[in-house]
Amino acid sequence: MDVILKNLGLLINATLIATPPLLLAALGSCFSERSGVVNIGIEGMMTIGAFTGAVMGLYTGNGWLAFFCAGLAGAVFGLIHAVACISFHADQTIAGTAINFLGPGLAVFLCKAMFNNSSDTPAMAPSSKLPKLFEGVFPTGSFWNNVLNVYSVAYLVFVLAFVCWFVFYKTRFGAHLRAVGEHPEACESLGIDVYRVRYICVVLSGFMAGLGGAFVTLATINQFRPSIIVGQGFIAVAAVIFGKFSPEGATKACLLFGLCSGIKSLASQSNMISPNLISMIPYVVTILALVLFVGKAHTPAANGKIFVKSK
Amino acid sequence: MNKKKSILENNVLYTVISIIAGFIIGAIFLLIAGISPAVAYGKLLSSVFSRPKYLVWTLIYASPLIFTGLSVAFSFRTGVFNIGAEGQFVVGGLAACVLGIVLDLPVGIHAIVCLLGAAAAGAIWSLIVGLLKVKRGIHEVLSFIMFNWIAFYLSNYVVNLSAIHRESSEATKDVADSARILFPESIRGMLDCSAANWGIVLAVLAAIIVWVIIEKTTLGYQLKAVGFNNNGALYAGINADGSVLTALGISGALSGLGGAVQVLGMAGRLSQFASQEGYGFEGITVALVGSSNPIGCIFSGIFYGAMKYGGSKLSIVKAPSEVVDIIMGCVILFIAISQVFRILLQNFAKKKEGK
Repeated sequence: MDVILKNLGLLINATLIATPPLLLAALGSCFSERSGVVNIGIEGMMTIGAFTGAVMGLYTGNGWLAFFCAGLAGAVFGLIHAVACISFHADQTIAGTAINFLGPGLAVFLCKAMFNNSSDTPAMAPSSKLPKLFEGVFPTGSFWNNVLNVYSVAYLVFVLAFVCWFVFYKTRFGAHLRAVGEHPEACESLGIDVYRVRYICVVLSGFMAGLGGAFVTLATINQFRPSIIVGQGFIAVAAVIFGKFSPEGATKACLLFGLCSGIKSLASQSNMISPNLISMIPYVVTILALVLFVGKAHTPAANGKIFVKSK
Repeated sequence: MNKKKSILENNVLYTVISIIAGFIIGAIFLLIAGISPAVAYGKLLSSVFSRPKYLVWTLIYASPLIFTGLSVAFSFRTGVFNIGAEGQFVVGGLAACVLGIVLDLPVGIHAIVCLLGAAAAGAIWSLIVGLLKVKRGIHEVLSFIMFNWIAFYLSNYVVNLSAIHRESSEATKDVADSARILFPESIRGMLDCSAANWGIVLAVLAAIIVWVIIEKTTLGYQLKAVGFNNNGALYAGINADGSVLTALGISGALSGLGGAVQVLGMAGRLSQFASQEGYGFEGITVALVGSSNPIGCIFSGIFYGAMKYGGSKLSIVKAPSEVVDIIMGCVILFIAISQVFRILLQNFAKKKEGK
C-alpha cells in the first residue's frame, strides 16, 4: 500500500512538473489560433525563452525577474511572427517554420558566444530559481511532500489557465478575438481593429511560450541545454488542436500529455519495458483519442488565411 | 520595359535577395558575438570550394535534403502541408537499414529492395495520416507531428533490438555491402572520398520524375487542381479524397527514399537519435528556397548541403555553427514576406514607367 501511495504521489508530482511548460505555451497558442493566426513557431519561442530564463537567472539571481524576461524574449519572437503574418501577409506556417529555425539557432549561438563556446549555460544557484511553495511543510518522503514537491509557479500556471478561460469567454476582448478568427471582414465592418486584436494575441502567444520555456530552466532543471526543448512546442500545438482551440480543451489535453510523460519518467526507472516504447505512449494515445472520441475539430474559419485591411 | 517587368516577377530574384539578406543578418549576429563575419564566411566558403573532395562532401550532404525538399515541395504543390517529412524520413531510413542488415541478396538487387522498402515505409507513414484526415477529419498537421515522434521512438526502439544492434554501441550493425549505394572503389578513390555515393544521382533523377509528374501528366494536373481549389476540382469530377491520398503517398515515399539514401549512402548504419535529425524540417526550407519547383529543389538542396557541410567546419575558427540556422531562418522569413516587396518594386517600376 505504501509503495502504491508513494508511486502515486510521485506520478502526480511528475505530471505537475511536465504539464506547466506545455500548458503555458498551449494557452498562449489558443489566443493566436483563435484570432486567426496559425502559430507553429511555438517550439522556437519556447527555446529562446528557456535560454533567456537561464541566462537572466544566472546573472540577476532573481528567478521571477528571469521568468518575466523569458516571456519578453518570447514576445519579441511573437512580434516577428505577427509582423510577418499580419502586416506582411506571409504564409503563417512558413513564418512559423522560420521561427523554429531562428529561436533554437539564436539561443545556442548566443550561448556559445557568451559561455566560451559551450552549448550549455552554467548551472545557477538554487536560490536563483523560482521558489518552491510547500518546501519543508510536509515531512520528507510523505505523500503530500512527494506530490507538492514542485515550484510555486506550477500552481500559478493552473490559475492562469482559469484566467485565460475567463478572458476568452467573459470579456469583450475575448469575444472580439474569437470573432476575428471566424469572420474578420464582418468584424472590421463593425469597427473592430482586426490587426490590433491579432497583434495582441500573437505577441501574447509568444510571451506565454517564452514563459513555458523558462519553466523548464527555472523550475525544473537549473541551466539551458540545447536538448531541453525537444518537441514540447509541437506538443503544445497539437494540444491546442486536440483541445479544439479552447483554453479548457487545451488544459485537458496538456494534462493528458503531462500525465503520459509522468508515467514515462516513472516507468523508465523500473527498466521493465523499453523506455522508447513508453515514450511513444502520449503520441499514440493522442491519435487513438482523436480517432475514437474527439473526431473533427472546428478550425477557426479564418485560421491561416491572409486578411488585408481595407483602407 | 517588358524585360524589366519579367525580372521583377521572377521568383529567383526574390530568393537571391532573401539569401543575401539572411547572410547580412547572420553577419550582424557574428559581429555582436565578437567574431569577424569575413573570417566565418571565408571559412564557410573555403570549406566547400577549396578542394574537389569538399564539393563531393557537399553533394553527399545535399542528397537526402533534396529528397525531403522534393517531398515537401510536392505536398505544397498539391495543397497539403507535409510537416511529417521528418517522420517519413526516419521510417524510410529504418526500413532501409533493417532490410540492409537482415536480407542476403545479390549486389544491386539488395540496394534496390532496400530503396523500395524505404519508399513504401515513408508512403505508408504518410498515408496513415492521409486516411485519418480523409476518413475522420483529423487535422493533418496534428497527426504529422504525432507520427514524427512515433517514428523517432520506433527507430530508437528497433536500433536497440538485439538482432540488429551492435554490441556496446549506440548504433546498429553495418548494412551489408551489397545494399550500399556507394560508387565503385575506383571512382571513390579518384574523388578521394570514401562515402561518395549514388545518392545525388538518385536525387536528381527523382527531381526530374517529380517535375514530369507535376507538369506533364494528367495525374499531376488533377493533384494541382485539388490543391488549388478543392470544390472546383470536385465539380470537375475529380476524386478529391483520392487525390489527397495519392499526393501524400508520393510525398511520403520521397521522404522515405531520403532516409534510405542517408543510411545506404553516407552512414552505412543507423544510430540512436538524441533529438530529431531535422532533415524533414530542413526539407521545408529546401522546398521554399526552391520555390516548390522540383528542379529548383536540386539547387536549393545543394545550397543547404553546402551550408550544413561548411557550417560543420565553423568551429575551427571558433564561430558557432548555429549561425547557419540563423541565416536559413532569416532566408525563410524573407521569402515568406517577399510578396510585399514584390508589390512595392512593381509599383515603383510602374511609377517610373509613367514618367
